[in-house]
Amino acid sequence: MTSLFPQNSLTRSPTSPRTLFNTVMTVLAFICGALALVPLLAVLSYVLFKGFSSLSLNVFTQLPPAPFSQGGGFGNAILGTLLMVGIGAVFSIPTGVLAAIYLTEFSDGRIARGVRFATNVLSGVPSIIAGVFAYGIVVLTLTKLNLGSYSALGGGFALAILMLPIIVRTTDEALQLVSQDLRQAALGLGATNFQTVIQVVLPAALPAIVTGSTLAIARASGETAPLIFTALFSSFWPNGLLKPTASLAVLVYNFAISPFPSWQSLAWAASLILVLMVLITSIIARWATRQKA
Amino acid sequence: MTTNYYNLSPETKKRSDLDKSLDRGFIWLTKIFALAIAAILLWIAFQVGTSALPAIQQFGLDFLIKSDWNPVNDNYGVLPAIYGTIVSSLIGLLIAVPIGVGTAILLSENFLPSQVRLVLVFLVELLAAIPSVVYGVWGIFVLIPILTDLGKWLHNSLGWIPLFNSPPTGPGMLPAGVILAIMTLPIITAISRDALISLPPSLRQAALGLGATRWETIFKVLIPAAFSGIVSAVMLALGRAMGETMAVTMLIGNSNNIKISLLAPSNTISSLLANQFSEASGLQVSALMYAALVLFLLTLLVNILAEFIVMRVQRL
Repeated sequence: MTSLFPQNSLTRSPTSPRTLFNTVMTVLAFICGALALVPLLAVLSYVLFKGFSSLSLNVFTQLPPAPFSQGGGFGNAILGTLLMVGIGAVFSIPTGVLAAIYLTEFSDGRIARGVRFATNVLSGVPSIIAGVFAYGIVVLTLTKLNLGSYSALGGGFALAILMLPIIVRTTDEALQLVSQDLRQAALGLGATNFQTVIQVVLPAALPAIVTGSTLAIARASGETAPLIFTALFSSFWPNGLLKPTASLAVLVYNFAISPFPSWQSLAWAASLILVLMVLITSIIARWATRQKA
Repeated sequence: MTTNYYNLSPETKKRSDLDKSLDRGFIWLTKIFALAIAAILLWIAFQVGTSALPAIQQFGLDFLIKSDWNPVNDNYGVLPAIYGTIVSSLIGLLIAVPIGVGTAILLSENFLPSQVRLVLVFLVELLAAIPSVVYGVWGIFVLIPILTDLGKWLHNSLGWIPLFNSPPTGPGMLPAGVILAIMTLPIITAISRDALISLPPSLRQAALGLGATRWETIFKVLIPAAFSGIVSAVMLALGRAMGETMAVTMLIGNSNNIKISLLAPSNTISSLLANQFSEASGLQVSALMYAALVLFLLTLLVNILAEFIVMRVQRL
């Protein structure tokens, strides 16, 4: 028996204006997706290609060469970056974690909402403003005290300001995901708030906190603007926290806009190392969180 | 011999004073650090504001509408930089918003298998992880040559339009705008995608069930419903674009003139700071601080607006 229901009533004609519009828009969406990926591939392939061709072992162990001589490296900038990111981490990780503990564990709604709002606004503050701020706080103070001026300390301080909101936000989210049962169990056994947080809640959230801190460190190691006038640059090995200090990012900036081919090729090698550092840490961090979830 | 557990009263394990004060001290400590975050924001405003004070007293609000920047006779105005900041950000957004929202739609609806979608989401996020100075280097060596050729063609064939009335010089407003588009794209895509994904599935089902095509559903139901989320994504991207420093400094040409032409070099507040700060002294430092204060307030305004929109969305 054939159905009384017309066979074709549920399929749209492919030539009707509505379906045509649908098809055109789908094609456009795919074009948008492709356009979004073009710059990533273009930047990555170019940096890999140019960077690898000027990479050598010397790059890690030697100092920058004079403008017209060949060879040399930027060992001092790698060390300086690690140094300043380290200072930033020392300032910002404890501060950020403690602040986030207050937000999730102890605060009433109003203060928490205000501080979370401030954190989000702080994460939108341009990095160059953080640099100007660190200049005023650290560089000018050191100059006044005759202890120095442009320094690793100033650079580290600026990076700490930029890392802080990332750490607060990720720790805050990680602590909120810790099950309420754990806290109740600990408190029910007679633990104090301090013991509960330090021995039960923090260990449970530790992987996510480490991930967040890693991402903050990755972000900070690529920052340039705040370092231009807090740490400045130096062609020598780092020599104390109160002296001008080289960093990879500033080296890339200085050498890329210089007219000397040997410096430009070092800038590409430094870009490659910077990109690899940042990409590998973010990939590991993301992979670690996905494993846990 | 048996121990009588029942006679051990709870009072025998009273909390010591040390424990109690440790506990209270810890709570206070965390509270101080939490409030410190809000304090840092105020401290930044205060620090930049006081350093800018000499220039504020000297120039007043004229600073915002004057266009010379002359360290020799200490005469400063920041209008070209404000113009460049706003125009370069808007060019960036003009390119990034359609592509970013389109990509967000592609990555939130079922156009692709979910595995492929996850990889694409990750790749777009990687765009955000590349340091800005690397975009700058890439821009100098790759983007500028391409855009200079394009600019020559635009100038030769469409030179009567004011937007293209100067011959391309290499660095300029257009390369800066394009690099800002690339750098803000991941923010727009990620936040718009979040907004689209968090819509209830019943919205989609209802629209499709009424016989709408997929794109009619997207345009007439999903985008209006996620509109405030998309707007806040655009605002956050605008804030990011206005504060972006390194890539723009390397690509915009740093010329303190206001030109309508997109092919002419220009300047932004952040590149003004990046270029001059470490060599400035006296009133020039103060003038730069004043410029920094203007940038700080501009981005603060944009970010706070975005925050409010996000908060309103979350409450819905």
